[in-house]
Amino acid sequence: MSDPVLEIRGLRVDYGLGDAAVHAVRDVDLTLHRGEVLGLAGESGSGKSTLAYGLTRLLPPPGVVSGGQVIYHPVDGPPVDVLTLTPAQLRQLRWAETSIVFQGAMNSLNPVHKVSTQLLDVIKAHEPTTTAAGRLARARDLLRLVGIAADRLDSYPHQLSGGMRQRVMIAMALALEPQVVIMDEPTTALDVVMQRQILGQLAELRERLGFAVLFITHDLSLLVEFSDRIAIMYGGRIVEEAPAAQLYRRALHPYTEGLLHSFPALRGPRRELTGIPGSPPDLRAMPEGCAFHPRCPKAFDPCEKKVPALGPPIDGDPGRDVACWLHPAAAPVPH
Amino acid sequence: MTISPSSIEQVIPGQGAMAQPSAAPGRAKRRQFRFIANAKAATGLVILGIYCLFAVIGPWVAPYNPDARSGDVLQAPSLRHWFGTTHLGQDIFSQILVGARSVMVVGLVAGVLATVLSILIGVTAGYIGGAADEGLSALSNVFLVIPALPLIIIVTSIVEQASDTLVALIIGCTSWAWGARVLRAQTLSLRRRDYVEAARATGERTWRIILFEILPNLTAIIASGFVGTVIFAVMSEITLAFIGISSISSWNWGTILFWAQGQQALAQGAWWWFVPAGLAIALLGTALALINFGIDEFVSPRLRSAGRTRIRTADGRTVRMRVGFTPVLAPTPSVPTPRAATTREDVVR
Amino acid sequence: MRFLLQRTAFYLFTAWAAITLNFFIPRLVPGDPVQSLISRNQGRISADAIESLRVLFGLDANENVWEQYLHYWGQLLHGDLGLSFTFFPAPVSTVIGDSLPWTVGLVGITTIISFLLGTALGVGAGWRRGSWVDGLLPATTFLSSIPYFWLGLVAIALFAGPGSFFPSSGGYEPGLVPAFDQYFIPSAIQHSILPAATILVSSMSGWILSMRNMMVTVSSEDYITVAHAKGLSERRVALSYAARNALLPNVSGFALSLGFIVGGTLLVEIVFSYPGLGYQLFQAVGAKDYPLMQGIFLIITISVLVANLLADVAYLLLDPRTRKS
Repeated sequence: MSDPVLEIRGLRVDYGLGDAAVHAVRDVDLTLHRGEVLGLAGESGSGKSTLAYGLTRLLPPPGVVSGGQVIYHPVDGPPVDVLTLTPAQLRQLRWAETSIVFQGAMNSLNPVHKVSTQLLDVIKAHEPTTTAAGRLARARDLLRLVGIAADRLDSYPHQLSGGMRQRVMIAMALALEPQVVIMDEPTTALDVVMQRQILGQLAELRERLGFAVLFITHDLSLLVEFSDRIAIMYGGRIVEEAPAAQLYRRALHPYTEGLLHSFPALRGPRRELTGIPGSPPDLRAMPEGCAFHPRCPKAFDPCEKKVPALGPPIDGDPGRDVACWLHPAAAPVPH
Repeated sequence: MTISPSSIEQVIPGQGAMAQPSAAPGRAKRRQFRFIANAKAATGLVILGIYCLFAVIGPWVAPYNPDARSGDVLQAPSLRHWFGTTHLGQDIFSQILVGARSVMVVGLVAGVLATVLSILIGVTAGYIGGAADEGLSALSNVFLVIPALPLIIIVTSIVEQASDTLVALIIGCTSWAWGARVLRAQTLSLRRRDYVEAARATGERTWRIILFEILPNLTAIIASGFVGTVIFAVMSEITLAFIGISSISSWNWGTILFWAQGQQALAQGAWWWFVPAGLAIALLGTALALINFGIDEFVSPRLRSAGRTRIRTADGRTVRMRVGFTPVLAPTPSVPTPRAATTREDVVR
Repeated sequence: MRFLLQRTAFYLFTAWAAITLNFFIPRLVPGDPVQSLISRNQGRISADAIESLRVLFGLDANENVWEQYLHYWGQLLHGDLGLSFTFFPAPVSTVIGDSLPWTVGLVGITTIISFLLGTALGVGAGWRRGSWVDGLLPATTFLSSIPYFWLGLVAIALFAGPGSFFPSSGGYEPGLVPAFDQYFIPSAIQHSILPAATILVSSMSGWILSMRNMMVTVSSEDYITVAHAKGLSERRVALSYAARNALLPNVSGFALSLGFIVGGTLLVEIVFSYPGLGYQLFQAVGAKDYPLMQGIFLIITISVLVANLLADVAYLLLDPRTRKS
């Protein structure tokens, strides 16, 4: 496995302060390696988007990051903790190193400015020495890269279709050739055909440009196809993390298993579609012990008392982690 | 004289994403009472309550007959005459107290009339749609664009010595358009909601849908429109009295200002003659505006003044909550340590 | 273009409605105001003028309402608004022509300045939530609740008076002849400062507040988060992304409330005896000069309609979504 490019350690994100705080992300450790696609899946309310906004410090009030580290490793130079940066430093790091493609393609573009204005201003902000003509040429190239005619630069967002808007957002995300692209449900608002097209294109672009992707979605079937590794989130914690193929073949956490059984098999024999009974936990009143135990078909004694730690299980393949009492950690991880 | 542009009113359809999310149906009831907990609204309601009280008891508690002349001509405020006296020796404090009733009655009557008209026209236009909507919308837009105050002045001046009731009716009939426009927009968006569609699909009667599905969700907007109209009505009534159009035989705060202006109170240095009436108007207007802020903030919680925007972190720094830069309360120092042990009380290894 | 045509059609319709309203109002006047005027000015009034007033008041018994209406329109299209009773025998159109520039100068300019200044302050207040500007909001609420005319009275009491730089009444130094010269212009400006400040103080807070609220609402839109994520400068996010979008509803709000605002500001003219339409209306009301009142109402309405159309054009330029390609 290649070097880490983004390391999240013990990240905690809350909404609100003090006793009223709702802990939406709890002690999350996650490492994104250079050039890989890491999928992050979970039901809505599992904290996956909060994690993404928290680590980029884009979470609006009353969100606060209450602890942890988010370490970014630039290609050259020492690693930096994103959480200790001043606004000015953060502004410099943003987009140049980590860019984001947001959930709502509809509302991500400023409705009153042309596509060109919005593509050019980010280049100008980070590379003020470039010439206007140079920036324009770059913007044209970017649009072509995502399969949009360069004359669309003069369009306003409302003149573009949903798919085109999301492509523009992807082009914009790649404008400064960042090391990390975070994608928060980038295709959810699109129809299935468009979804496939855009994802295919993304995979191709990643081959070519070599950026790492943190791909957040509630659709595990997408991740099985498109990502190298998958992390599953539940109740603000990572409950399982494994290479995509291994996870699909044999899920260790009952929750992962439930997710896998909520869509039809991609190939091979038909599986039974069961889904997961119950609904995601209320973050304000999390159950004791493992957050999943009230919905878990395999819950037993320790589940409702103690929170299982995430670590390599005794009975699993190497390179995978799980947080479940069914598969206790082989050797407790040293952290 | 202004109408306070409330954010609800600013929002009109066609501005898509900015359409106000109104309280989810069903939850509306439970939250109705929490509105009073809003500090601004509570302050406004208390002040308004005091004004209403004076409107009722004012004429009885007034120390003097507001018309009674006395030998104390143009006296500055004193213990005998709290707000001083006029050129005829009339007690200004009594005039203010007695005038409160006329102001409040005109404000409330005009407010109720305009609100009823705006509901009838706005909700009908929004719900029925089609040609009726076109016509009613055009009608309310016409009334909205025509300057209301000059129209009120002219209509009132034709009627000799217009009484309070008539003034209230004229104001009410000319100031419903704003509310109607906002209500139409909101009804239009409510009509497309699933629960209304569902009610229609199950064959519910139209009047039942409007009464039980639509109107409860318009409560905040109706209230805000009502308060806005009361402000406008009070200001208009006082203006009419000030320029001497409406009946000068009954007292309201505009009448006091009319006499003050007519008798050159300013030139004579009789500041007490016009200051109390103006402050009374301004305070009433502020109270009503505060109620409207409360309603606004109740409907769209984002508008609330950010409670605590500065937070002191554990290590003594002060960070600010703001969009785009999430504050970090306790960043773990020492950047490149390899997986250091962090304390996690609730995780069992 | 279609948007503008639609709006223009609507304003024409509104103008028609206002004119029709204006046609009916004098018919509610009790008695025969023209007859009393004629008897007061025995012999000094021309037959043409009497005829024109009779049309205005619908006193011609030989015509039915429809004929009267057509006749009224014919007269209006010739610019004949009747004779003013107060300024007899001056025609209403002349009186209005004399006072209109004063109102456009005072009310028009200050309303625009108030909107621009208030919007700019609102941008600041909305962007920096929880700063000291938020603390000022209650004070501005109080100021906006004060009737314009009362604030004018207080301003006169405090700042004007014998020996003060600020004159307490009039539009220019008595004795000067209105002309664009070095004597008249400074005097006119000197006379307009106090009324203009009065209008500004009490009308601005509404714009501050509505712009602040729009900024707060817009700040949580996705494209603002994207702008932050792009690492753009604070200034660019605040102005080009947030304020630029928050401005749109404020501009349409401005267009909608012009009618209210202009009505209120006209009263400031009364307090300052400023020679504009508001003061003229006040005098006409006092003298029961119905033709002048009607004429002023008509002119104010049409001015507001024109201002509305201009605001629509501004909106069109600001919002690409209304521009159909």
